[in-house]
Amino acid sequence: MKLNLDLTVDILANFIKDETEKIGLKNVVLGLSGGIDSALSAALAAKALGGNRVYAYCMPYKLSSDESLKDAMKVAETFRLNFDVIEITPMVDPYFDMIPDIDKLRMGNVMARQRMICLFDMSAKVAGLVLGTSNKTELLLGYGTWYGDLASALNPIGDLYKTQVWELSEYLGIPQSVVDKAPTADLWVGQTDEQELGFTYRQADDLLYAMVDERRRIPELIEMGFEEELVKKVAEKVRRNQFKRNMTVIAKVSQRTIGRDFRYCRDWGY
Amino acid sequence: MDFLIEEYMKVHLAQMKPILGNLEKNAGKHFEIIEQAVEEGCDLVVFPELSLTGYYLLDLVYDVAMDETHPVYQRFLEYSNEIAIVFGFVYESREKLFYNAASFVHRGKTVHLHKKVYLPDYTLFEEGRYFAAGNSIEAFDTEFGKCGILVCEDVFHLSSLYILSQSGVQNIIIPSNSPARGNLEQGHDASNTWQTSNRYIAGVLTVNLVFVNRVGVEDGVSFWGGSEAYDAKGRRLAAADMFREEGVTVEVDHDSVRRARIETPFLRDEKSFIVRNFLNEEGCGK
Repeated sequence: MKLNLDLTVDILANFIKDETEKIGLKNVVLGLSGGIDSALSAALAAKALGGNRVYAYCMPYKLSSDESLKDAMKVAETFRLNFDVIEITPMVDPYFDMIPDIDKLRMGNVMARQRMICLFDMSAKVAGLVLGTSNKTELLLGYGTWYGDLASALNPIGDLYKTQVWELSEYLGIPQSVVDKAPTADLWVGQTDEQELGFTYRQADDLLYAMVDERRRIPELIEMGFEEELVKKVAEKVRRNQFKRNMTVIAKVSQRTIGRDFRYCRDWGY
Repeated sequence: MDFLIEEYMKVHLAQMKPILGNLEKNAGKHFEIIEQAVEEGCDLVVFPELSLTGYYLLDLVYDVAMDETHPVYQRFLEYSNEIAIVFGFVYESREKLFYNAASFVHRGKTVHLHKKVYLPDYTLFEEGRYFAAGNSIEAFDTEFGKCGILVCEDVFHLSSLYILSQSGVQNIIIPSNSPARGNLEQGHDASNTWQTSNRYIAGVLTVNLVFVNRVGVEDGVSFWGGSEAYDAKGRRLAAADMFREEGVTVEVDHDSVRRARIETPFLRDEKSFIVRNFLNEEGCGK
């Protein structure tokens, strides 16, 4: 699980630069929440392209904490990013007003998708690719909004577990307050990821690493000392959220169906 | 015994990144590198696996495939009057089978065309889905002594190495497309495996070895480069950086094979009848 940090930074910075420039673009765009994942994506992008080619946006809702905005600004300053604040409250509140019984989960999803709309619009404005900020733990557990924060053109941190995100963030000099604070989607006051998930990221990462990277089966995991209940819960989350990691399911009719036997890379011709 | 005119062969390791599926642009890039190598006085320039096409071709395999009659191939033959060239491409046979191939061209002719035998078809690889597998590993005579080409995965099958060794090769050329992965504490798994393997092969087979790996990223997969050359004592002569597009020129001493085979005569002492007996009597399925 421990990383060779130099090498990882090399690979990820080279990835951002190569995949951006080969299609003829210079810039990247990303949402900066004040959390560690987006800070790491931003730091890597700054390393790859220089901060002046990274466009970072903090997109708070009226219930988002002030700390988050302050931390986002700190990250932008540290890595000399282009930075702006886009308040989403006047965009989403009219919709919420129309649905009096809307619950927290639906609100969270609407906000995540609104931020996606803003980012992709900024992407058109500055001619930049949208950089993803979901880590491997979140992607495996399905802890993200489909076509919301999961939507991006490039994701430099999608193969890093949260534990590895922490390690790499310290190495890249991300402000300590961002590294140290409890991970939160900041969807409502006082929310933390670990509270909502019911286990800690470190627990989940040790388990996921053994389950996914080492391909250990469930009885083996239990024998290794992981609690049976946790193993089953996590395995089920991974299975149930596969749809978020796939493209749309297309009904096959022809000899050549997109995604199944019409297969090309995104990098086709680049 | 082969007497060689030159003491050294000057080899250019063309660690490059191809454009995925763009034959014309990639050919242009090759020709530039070839011209530079000629200017530098190189005898041989080696490109990576599938250097003319890129790696993750998927359905593009059928669009970029070619044979010796293709104008791009013909240009390589023209250039080969000035320098020996090894390059990678998709070969379309008369039977309309598509191979992951590498050609050694020199003096206006194809000296050898190797069709990759071992097509990795696991984890991040799916070559077996798109390519036909070659069915022979052959050594061939060149102006630089007897050579053998192994494309990437071919190397990890001892039988490939054994056949080349028993065929009397002095030089093994390995065009490769190795992706960086398993990036944990000790450096990434792919480079560790390759560097260990290259040094082992050169030292134990007592051959000069040239390994040319590509760089660049395709759909998130990074190819790590790190092209390198060894002499027949297993000493590393030169190495390119990881991840960076850069050519490295190295002088390979033909005599290193002779010296190595005096000091460490593993080839002389090899008892191939043991292998023959094993395969005839006990091996394979018993």
